Amino acid sequence: MTMAPKREAYDVVVIGAGPAGLAAAATSAEAGLSTLLLDENIGPGGQVFRAVASTPVTDRNQLGADYWVGADLVQTLRASNAEIIQRATVWSLDRNLDIAVSVGGASAFVKAKRVILATGALERPFPIPGWTLPGVMTAGAAQTMLKSSALVPDGRTVIAGQGPLLWLLAAQILRLGGRIDRILDTTERGNYFAALPHAFAFLTSPYFAKGLSMMREVKAKVQVVSGVTELAASGDGQLASVSYVAGGKRETISADLLLLHQGVVPNVNLAMSAGIEHRWDDLQLCWSPVLDASGNSSIAGIAIAGDGAGIGGANAAVVRGRIAARAAVEALAPAAGAKLPSMAALRADLSKAERGRVFLDTLFRPSPQFRIPSGDTIVCRCEEVTAKDVLDAVAIGATGPNQLKAYRRTGMGPCQGRLCGLTVTELMAQARGKTPQEIGYYRLRAPVKPITLAELAAVPKSEDDIKAVVRG
Amino acid sequence: MFRRSEQDKRPQVQIFVDGAAVAARQGDTVSAALLASSYDVRRSTAVSGAPRLPYCMMGVCFDCLVTIDGVGNRQGCLVPVTEGMQVEIQKGKREIGK
Amino acid sequence: MSGEYDVAVVGGGLLGSAIAWGLGRLGKRVAVLDEGDITKRASRANFALVWVQSKGLGMPAYTVWTVQASQAWGRLASELKQQTGLDVSLQQNGGFHLTLGEDEFGQRTELVKRMHNQTGAADYKMEMLSASEVKKSLPLIGPEVSGGSFCPLDGHVNSLRTFRAFHTGFKAFGIDYFPERPVSAITKSGGEFRLTTPKGELRAAKIVLAAGNANQTLAPMVGLYAPMGPTRGQVVVTERTMPFLPHPLTTIRQTDEGTVMIGDSKEEELDDRALKHSISGVMADRAQKMFPHLARLNVVRSWAGIRVMPQDGFPIYDQSETHPGAFVACCHSGVTLASNHAFEIARMVAQGALEPELVGAFSAGRFGGAGTANNSGY
Repeated sequence: MTMAPKREAYDVVVIGAGPAGLAAAATSAEAGLSTLLLDENIGPGGQVFRAVASTPVTDRNQLGADYWVGADLVQTLRASNAEIIQRATVWSLDRNLDIAVSVGGASAFVKAKRVILATGALERPFPIPGWTLPGVMTAGAAQTMLKSSALVPDGRTVIAGQGPLLWLLAAQILRLGGRIDRILDTTERGNYFAALPHAFAFLTSPYFAKGLSMMREVKAKVQVVSGVTELAASGDGQLASVSYVAGGKRETISADLLLLHQGVVPNVNLAMSAGIEHRWDDLQLCWSPVLDASGNSSIAGIAIAGDGAGIGGANAAVVRGRIAARAAVEALAPAAGAKLPSMAALRADLSKAERGRVFLDTLFRPSPQFRIPSGDTIVCRCEEVTAKDVLDAVAIGATGPNQLKAYRRTGMGPCQGRLCGLTVTELMAQARGKTPQEIGYYRLRAPVKPITLAELAAVPKSEDDIKAVVRG
Repeated sequence: MFRRSEQDKRPQVQIFVDGAAVAARQGDTVSAALLASSYDVRRSTAVSGAPRLPYCMMGVCFDCLVTIDGVGNRQGCLVPVTEGMQVEIQKGKREIGK
Repeated sequence: MSGEYDVAVVGGGLLGSAIAWGLGRLGKRVAVLDEGDITKRASRANFALVWVQSKGLGMPAYTVWTVQASQAWGRLASELKQQTGLDVSLQQNGGFHLTLGEDEFGQRTELVKRMHNQTGAADYKMEMLSASEVKKSLPLIGPEVSGGSFCPLDGHVNSLRTFRAFHTGFKAFGIDYFPERPVSAITKSGGEFRLTTPKGELRAAKIVLAAGNANQTLAPMVGLYAPMGPTRGQVVVTERTMPFLPHPLTTIRQTDEGTVMIGDSKEEELDDRALKHSISGVMADRAQKMFPHLARLNVVRSWAGIRVMPQDGFPIYDQSETHPGAFVACCHSGVTLASNHAFEIARMVAQGALEPELVGAFSAGRFGGAGTANNSGY
C-alpha cells in the first residue's frame, strides 16, 4: 500500500483518512471523479477510528459501537475506485493546489483540481509543571495504543483533565482490564452554569445518554476527584507522583503514568502553510479556518472538512466530508452531483450531528491555569522554552509568535509549533493585554513535516532554479 | 507502564532494541512496541539532554524520535515494526551520517 | 511615547538595533520604532555569516569596511556578553566557499584573482585550495567537491541571539523600543524631527533611517535617497545534529545549536510567503554533494526572506543636507557589519556627522541622477 501515487493529477485529492477524509474520498470516487486519498498512518481511520481495519481488540463491545462505524466507512471507501495511500506524509500544499507527498522515503508531486483537507485534530496542549516527564502522555496516546495494539495501562495510572474523550478512554481501559487509580476532573465548576442554557440541545443529542452511562460505568470502578484546580507532575527523569488541588486541599499521589486530556483542537499546520485564512475561535479557544457552508476555504479549490474545520466530532466530520466532496463533484461533474443526496439533506444531517456541541464546548472549556502556564513550566517542548522565557521576551519587545521565535526559538523545533502554538498565542495575549486574534500565530511554511535532505534534493529542477542558486 | 490485553492474537515480530531482542506484534508501531517492552526506552533530547518518552503517539509531538535500522530521528509512532528491525534509543543530538 | 529623544532610530532589525545599541552605549537617549510581528524582517531570515571573502569587488572601500567589521566583531560579542550574559557564539576561524566541478573552480579562481588585483583592496588572505587541501580542514567533503576558496577572517555568529542581545541591552541602556509603530511621515520643525506612527507622534533631535528596503520611501521625506533592489532568498534548515562542520561555508553552516543551515537562492520574486521547492531542491542537492552525510538529515524548516539590498549591492550611509540630523543606513550583510554599526556609525551619528574618510564612499551620491541632488556626498 505504500506506493507512490499512480497519476500526476487528480480531480480530487483528500488529505487524511479519518472520518471526514474517508467519507469525502468515497463520495468523490463513487461520483466518478479520479480521487486520491493520502494518509500518514499505517491504516485508515484517523484517530477516532484508529486501526479500525486491523485492531486486535476483537470484542466489539469493548471499543463501542461508535468506533465500529469507522469499519463501514473504510469498507465503502475500499469498494470505490479511490486510490488510497497509507504512510503518505503530505509535506507541502500551496495555493496552486500542488501537493508534495513523501511515500517510502521519496517525494511525489501531484496536482489536484480540488483538495479536501481532512487533517483532523490534535489534543490541546496541557502545559502543566512536569508534562514533559517520561510517563506523562496524552489520553489520546493511550487510546491509540489501546485501539491499535490492545495495550492498556499497567502501573499506577492517573487520568487528568476533562471532556468526553477522557471518559470514553477510561471506560475502554477498564473494559480491557487495564488499571486506573484515579481520575482528576479539571472541569471548572462555573462551566456547569455557563453551559446550562445550552443543555436542552445536548439532552436531545445522541451523546447525552452514551456519555452519562459511560461516566456511570467508570465512576463505579475508579475514584474520581472533581473540581481539580491545580495539577503538577513530578519525578526525577521519570514520573513519580502527581499532585493536585481540589476543594482547596492539596494531595500528592504516586504514579507511573499520567494521561492528560483537555479537548482537541484543529490540526492547522498544513492549511496554514498553504496560506488559508484562520480566525481565533473564542468559544473553542483555538484557530479555525474561515470557511463557507460547503467547507471552501479562502483559497480557491481547497476545502476543509472534519475537525480541522473546527471541532465538531466524528459524526459531524463524516457529514462535512460528504458536503465538501459533494461541492467538488458539483463543480467538476455536475451530472454526477445531481445524483448525490442534496446539499439541503446533508446540511440537515450536519446540524443534527452538531447538536449539543455548544454545550460541550462551554462545559469543557479548559480553565486558564491549564492553558496559560507560568514560571518554569515548559511551553515549547522541542526547544525547551519556559513560560518565564516567553514573558521575558515580551518584556524586551516580542509582540507575537514570530518575533518570539527570533528571541527564543519557540516553534522552531521538529513539531513546528503543534505542541506550543496555542499556548504561546494565549500566553502572549495575556501578557500584552491583547486578544489571541491580535497576537496571531506562527507563520508556517513547508515542509510541514520533516523530510530528508536527499528527498528534497530529488525535487525536479529547472535551469532557472539552478541559476538562482549557483552564483560565483 | 503498559501491558498487552490477552485477546491480542496477532503474530509475534522480533525486533532488537539496542541489541536486545524484544517481542513485538505485527501491526505495532515502533513506539508502541517500545512502551510495551520492559526496557528503559527513554531518549534524551537534543537541546538539554532531558529524558523523554512518546507523548502523543499520533505523529505530532516528535518525542518518539528513535533510530531505526541506522537512520536517526524517525518518528517511532508512525513506523510499523518489521522482523529483525534494529532500534536504537537516541541520546542527545543525532549523529551525522546516522 | 512622549518625551524627547536625542535620536530616533526607525527600524528595529539588526541594523537599527546595532546603531541604537551603540548610541545607548554612548549615553544617548534613544527610541527605536519598529513594525510588528508579521513584516519583512531580514533579521529573522538571514544566514548569519560574519563574512569577508569576495566582499567589495568593484568598491575597495567596502572591502576595507568589511575587514574592519570582522575585526571589531570580537569586541562587540564580548561587550554584549558582559552586558546581557548572552553568548552570541561568534566563531571566526576562517570560512570556505566550496565549488563543485571544474567550471565552478575556474570561476572562483578568476574571482579571487580579480579581488587580489583590485587596487586598494585590503589583503585578507583569500586563497584557492584544491579539494585535497580543503579535505584537511573539512574531512567529510564529497568526491564532487573540486576545491574552494578560504579566507581566515571569515566566520559566523548566532544572529538571532545577537538580535536578542541587542534588544536585551536596550533595557540596560535605557533605550525605548516601540514595536508596532511603522513610521508613515517625518517632518522637521523647531529643530526637531516629528515622526508619525499609528500610535502617536514621536519627537527627536536626530533620526536614523534603518528600515531596510522601506528606507526607499522614508529617505525622500528628509531629503535623502536610498535606491534599493531587493531580492528573495530561500534557506533550508535541518534538525540538530552533532557538530560535524568546523568552519562555515558561504552556503552551509552548522549553528551552535546543532542545526545545519543551507542557503541560499537569489530570486527576483518578492513574495516571502510562498516557497519554491525546486530551488530548495537545488540547494539541498548541492549541500549533499558537498557533504554526503547530510543526505539523511531531516529538513525541519525552510523559509524565504527578502534581502535588504541597495541597488548596486553596497551599503548606503548618508546624511541629509536639507534636514540636518537625518541619517540613512541600509545594507545587505547586516550581521557582518553589526560591529561597525554599533561602534562606528553610532559614534558618527552621536557626533552629528558622518566621516568621509571612513564611509564617504557609501554616500548615495554615487548613484547620480534623480534624487541625489539633495545628497551631500560629504
